Amino acid sequence: MPRETSGSNWTAIELRNAIHSGDVSAAEVCKGYLDRIQDTDVMWNSMTAVFRDEALAQAAAVDRDRRTTKQPLPLLGVPITVKDVLCTRGNSTTAASRILSGFTAPYDATAVSRLKQAGAIVIGKTNCDEFAMGSSTEHSAYGPSKNPWDSTRTPGGSSGGAAAAVAARFAPISIGTDTGGSIRQPAAFCGVVGLKPTYGRVSRYGLLAFASSLDQVGPLTLTVADTALVLTVISGLDSADATSADQPVPDYTSALTGTVDDLRIGVPRKLLDAGDSGLDGEILDAFNCSLEVFREAGATLVDIELPHASHAVPTYYLVAPAEASSNLARYDGIRFGARSTHNEASNESNSPALSLMYNRTRKFGFGPEVKRRIMLGTYALSAGYYDAYYLKAQQVRSLIRRDYDLVLGGNKGGPNVHVIALPTTPTPAFQLGKHSENPLAMYLRDVFTVSANLTGLPAISIPAGFTETRLPIGLQLVGRAFDEKTLLRVGDAYERRTPWNKQNPEDLE
Amino acid sequence: MANHLTRADVDRIASLAHLELTDDEAELFTQQLTDILSYAERLQEVDTSEINTDWQMHGSLNRVRSDSPTPSLSKSDVLSNAPDGKPDRNSEVGSFFRVPLVID
Repeated sequence: MPRETSGSNWTAIELRNAIHSGDVSAAEVCKGYLDRIQDTDVMWNSMTAVFRDEALAQAAAVDRDRRTTKQPLPLLGVPITVKDVLCTRGNSTTAASRILSGFTAPYDATAVSRLKQAGAIVIGKTNCDEFAMGSSTEHSAYGPSKNPWDSTRTPGGSSGGAAAAVAARFAPISIGTDTGGSIRQPAAFCGVVGLKPTYGRVSRYGLLAFASSLDQVGPLTLTVADTALVLTVISGLDSADATSADQPVPDYTSALTGTVDDLRIGVPRKLLDAGDSGLDGEILDAFNCSLEVFREAGATLVDIELPHASHAVPTYYLVAPAEASSNLARYDGIRFGARSTHNEASNESNSPALSLMYNRTRKFGFGPEVKRRIMLGTYALSAGYYDAYYLKAQQVRSLIRRDYDLVLGGNKGGPNVHVIALPTTPTPAFQLGKHSENPLAMYLRDVFTVSANLTGLPAISIPAGFTETRLPIGLQLVGRAFDEKTLLRVGDAYERRTPWNKQNPEDLE
Repeated sequence: MANHLTRADVDRIASLAHLELTDDEAELFTQQLTDILSYAERLQEVDTSEINTDWQMHGSLNRVRSDSPTPSLSKSDVLSNAPDGKPDRNSEVGSFFRVPLVID
């Protein structure tokens, strides 16, 4: 094996094995990735913080203790990055927002502490849309991240820094969050693997909440096998999160058999053909090629219908902002973060100083997309509009979930599929600034990802080809609730039969 | 249902949300929120008369725990993040968050 680990396509599993056997030291691995970030992240702006000294000290400790452990920890000495909406004890956690400038997390998010216990080393935090609201990482107080495949384009969002950091080989694993596609869409745009687990599969303790009925924590990696490993580590019941599920955690890695000939894969053809999905011809071609891969591997392809899925975007953009407006009420300049000191009363204001402080803190602390969603959500929940907007959206959400249950469940006479296949995004990565004047146009691009959040189902995006201009394309698979084993098996089987994840942006040069 | 938001609607929502908006922001949001809500109008066409709205994911129920004290963050940990926190253990009034005037 080459000694040069950073910048290569080393997976987390390969790194762990090499560190455990002593082929490489955790310290040289860690330093390699840190140097690479230092030298090249000026191009991508994927990181909001790098913990160099802390990470190198932990790596040195791994090397010191290595000989005394027979069974290697699952992520022994493996560098990871974490989206800056997850708390990391003793470090800044900003949500890419001015309103949390100066905030130091007093504890680790459960997902982070489980990764640390498994031997992983957190080397830094990744950039994202402010409070994870956006699909381009342009709504970050730290400036946009850029796509390592084309620096004039977005890496996607909201976990855009995370996807860029994996694509740029800043660490083999990045932990993101997905509320409407925020792991899968950037994974597709940057040519990496991204999993949104089943709602409740991974604890959200220590995650700065955006939309509590939709948010889920998950990994972005170079391979499905690495994703399976990370999921095994971070899943499971957590007494600190009452929405974490009391479901057994299998060894997801052992599910990756490479076979799919016993499986039924559903294809929602009508949804793809609908004119208003804006599906790009090259994406559709790549998707059809992916289906051929499954057919040749022996899977049964089944045409399915999801009659209400075309309503998923308007449903999502009422439910998510409503929940956000409630969750973000806590940012008021009192208990944490920044407080506005612009306390002079405006002419028409007769508010007491406290209200003025709230309003000014939120005025200066939040960026335009967060304000827009707080406004939208507040309206959808307000007296006289609740039934027409929020309640109606929740009812349509139930219909969408029913559609998915019908095709995925074991209903008699139903198509009874194990996973549903569809493109992750209707287009490849778009130009930075393309939608800055028209937020609705950006929302519409979430057409294929939001349903998995509204239904709580697990979904993964896997590299599935390139456009003529060498932009990555993603294949999305949606699975049954808590059946990530099958979902990952299908993804891994596809990956084994295709070359897409073996390429990295530097191959372009 | 209101298809078109007015500037007065936007000002009212901003006040409910404890957001002070600039004139430019208020004008922009009036237009953008109108666009988004007009788009969302298509949900009204969906027949939901037979729907029992789900409020729980995957049939999960409320989980309860025993009402017993467990360790939590220390006062100094909590107050250290406050923009105006006073983690003064020796003070007669104890540790507190300081806030601006609450009532005139």
